[in-house]
Amino acid sequence: MEMKPLTRAVLGLICLLVGIWLVAPTIVVAPMSFNGVKSLAFPPRGFSWQWYENFVTSPDWSSSFFNSLKIACLVAILATVLGTLAAFGLDRMRARPANLIRMLLLTPMVVPGVVLAIGIYAVYLDARLVGTLTGFVLAHTILALPFVLIAVSANLEVFDKRLETAAASLGAGALTTFRTVTLPLIAPGMLSGLLFAFATSFDEIIVSLFITNPYLRTLPVQIFASITRDADPTVAAVGTILLCVTTVLIGGGMLLLGRERRGRS
Amino acid sequence: MTTKASNRGAAIEIRSITKTYGDFRALDDVSLHVEPGEFMTLLGPSGSGKTTTLNVVAGFTDLTSGTLLVGGKNVVGVPAHKRNIGVVFQHYALFPHMTVGRNVAYPLTLRGVGKAEREARVLRALDMVKMRDFAHRYPSELSGGQQQRVALARAIVFDPPVLLMDEPLGALDKKLREWLQLEIKRIHRELGTTFIYVTHDQEEALVLSDRIAVFNRGRIEQVGTGRELYDEPSTLFVGRFIGDSTVLRGGARSDGTGTALKIADETVTTPRRLSGDVTPVMLLRPEKLSIRRPGQPAAGQNRLSGRIAEAIYLGSGSKYEVALGDGSLAIVRSSLTDESFKIGEQVDLWFDGADAKLLADDASAETTLT
Repeated sequence: MEMKPLTRAVLGLICLLVGIWLVAPTIVVAPMSFNGVKSLAFPPRGFSWQWYENFVTSPDWSSSFFNSLKIACLVAILATVLGTLAAFGLDRMRARPANLIRMLLLTPMVVPGVVLAIGIYAVYLDARLVGTLTGFVLAHTILALPFVLIAVSANLEVFDKRLETAAASLGAGALTTFRTVTLPLIAPGMLSGLLFAFATSFDEIIVSLFITNPYLRTLPVQIFASITRDADPTVAAVGTILLCVTTVLIGGGMLLLGRERRGRS
Repeated sequence: MTTKASNRGAAIEIRSITKTYGDFRALDDVSLHVEPGEFMTLLGPSGSGKTTTLNVVAGFTDLTSGTLLVGGKNVVGVPAHKRNIGVVFQHYALFPHMTVGRNVAYPLTLRGVGKAEREARVLRALDMVKMRDFAHRYPSELSGGQQQRVALARAIVFDPPVLLMDEPLGALDKKLREWLQLEIKRIHRELGTTFIYVTHDQEEALVLSDRIAVFNRGRIEQVGTGRELYDEPSTLFVGRFIGDSTVLRGGARSDGTGTALKIADETVTTPRRLSGDVTPVMLLRPEKLSIRRPGQPAAGQNRLSGRIAEAIYLGSGSKYEVALGDGSLAIVRSSLTDESFKIGEQVDLWFDGADAKLLADDASAETTLT
């Protein structure tokens, strides 16, 4: 049915408002990062690159950035390996127990972050993992693993297992089959899981706030600490960088998943 | 390639193999001997055990008991990838991330064949299935028939002594299927490889095979050439499964001179007799029955009256379904020169008793077919 012009206009307006509402916080950050004065007031006054300079030159900021990078890389690898193995195991199990275990593995996505953080903190105090690289990697992997599991499982669902039978008939053993047939065909799922895992760790704040200490800070923790201390527009500069990085990663991950789905339909 | 064709195939000896899933006997004491270079078709309805047998030979399915020899060697317990047996699947199973050329080269790469020889053999295999020009395409760019031809090239490129095909034409339309049947027959002739072919389509089995093994409920009912199965079925199931047939059932009486059946109020006789405690039924092929208008001269020793229930024009002739006095249907074929009959018309069917096969009744023969 054809829409009336008035209906169309009202609908368009509502969509626009909701759209602005959703992206407004993001839009505010970028201009603030170019503020000419040391203030977080909006709209910013003047223009300068100084907060980006400060981010690059200040040891507090750069060390936290490299901490985050290091942790996120390790988490991405660990979560991808474990998540892929889990996805494989669940794919080849009987449906009932598999669904149960799948739900269990996905709980970190549902459980409130604060609850997880308290639990992890309590354990880490005893285990002396607070403020350690190992501690961060282990904690973030818990949160990142579900993303890999979902991405690889989606890929395995459309993977034709009969191709493995065919490979066997042509002379390929189990390992060769995995390397030459299975792995190339589920690689898009693994890569998209890897990107999601990296992004999850890179911008994680709740658990990180609990298990951080002055010797090991991640970038989000540094932002939070900085903004509670003073109104330093460097946080806006860092925020803008984070925004760009995660947009590229998540966008890439979604693209990979989407292409995989379309390719098989 | 064709020079030493005759000694390329391997014999297959299946000795009383059984495969059970819980209480279900998928294969129940199946034995079958396949000659080197023979084209053997496993024919039967779905769930009859033909695909399970193929999977056992391929090594995809373990045996519960029994022995399996390929080329004289016991291969029970040998994993599929070490059996050197080619397999073509109904669903093609081409690797979607590889080009046609790399798909066909795959088994050669695994066997460490050098680049130059590999390329030559890939092209030769693609030539054989007439797909040479498609080496750089991806499977998704090919039609079903083309994909299956590539799959066939991939399964023969490493010169396996045995090729297994699991309903390879099942997903294709009729015209393409008929053309590919002839292609498969030609390739079998050129290679001399032992072929085991699974299908539920009896016409396909008749076109392709040297011999056919008819499967029913996890057992082999009969093994023989198409002609043997058609002319001399050893069980009612085989008679019903291969070709069209009319089955006559009715109060049977046997004596020294033969057997008589009572169909409604008419009696038909045959000089044949069955031994043992079984209920005999008569099986008649359509061409053994003559159709006449009532009152016309006799065209055989036995007469059955009936009414045309269905008339099907086939181009080369007509096929009639005739409802007999007891309600059962007889199938008759007549050539174009014969007169034609209309639905509802009263007719007489004539046949010689010697042309009727006398078989033991088996209620399951009808239920498994439908």
